[in-house]
Amino acid sequence: MTTLLFFALAAIAVAGAVSLILQKHPIHSALSLIVVMVALAGLYLLLGAEFISAVQIIVYAGAIMVLFIFVIMLLNAGEEERTNFSKMAAYVGLPLAAILGAGLVYWVAHEGSNAPGVPLAESATRPLAMLLFQDYLFPFELTSILILVAILGAVVLAQREKGEE
Amino acid sequence: MVPFSYYVVLSAVLFGLGVIGFLFKRNIITMFMSIELMLNAVNLAFVAFSRALGQLQGQVFVFFVIVVAAAEAAVGLAIVILIARNRKSLNIERVDLLKL
Repeated sequence: MTTLLFFALAAIAVAGAVSLILQKHPIHSALSLIVVMVALAGLYLLLGAEFISAVQIIVYAGAIMVLFIFVIMLLNAGEEERTNFSKMAAYVGLPLAAILGAGLVYWVAHEGSNAPGVPLAESATRPLAMLLFQDYLFPFELTSILILVAILGAVVLAQREKGEE
Repeated sequence: MVPFSYYVVLSAVLFGLGVIGFLFKRNIITMFMSIELMLNAVNLAFVAFSRALGQLQGQVFVFFVIVVAAAEAAVGLAIVILIARNRKSLNIERVDLLKL
């Protein structure tokens, strides 16, 4: 059952990622990416990471992708225009990316053990919270400053300058 | 029980697809989404290893990656808006000069 679920979710994730590349319109790419993220949330559940799964849906699929779709609609982005498509990307990039992917897969399949792994405790959320708010409290607080700086940066960058329009 | 190396292989495949998307797409927003795809692939590897090694630190790291991705998306999309306003185009090939 678990194996079946894994392969179904993996197929959905890979199909979404391929669709992200093949779609011409950015909004279709964004929706494909949401499919990938929801499939990944299912995979996290299979791995016993409920908290990460929930955060994946709420923050990634919910907040970040909505921001993307907002910007696509705000800018009224149309279909990707095919200009003088840089030939280098096609002739050099594709083989390199294929080598990278094949190399990663080969390395993992070759070196990786088939050990099913140590099962975590029934619910990992409580120990995760302990870890986050005790051992990693300082980095956790630092991320709030990072978010604050990012918000300020986004507002300053995107505001219109005086006298413009 | 699925061997954990399957998860890592899936993560590698998704990462490779993200790289291909980044190289091939000409639209800034879609390239940005390919970067998000790569971040997601790495997160999957983190969670798989966290499970395989029986340690929760991997999941804490995923949490921080998601926070940084959110900050990156906010600043990056602000830059995209600026580029679109100044160049009237989202095509990356029109953004090859620092000067307008």
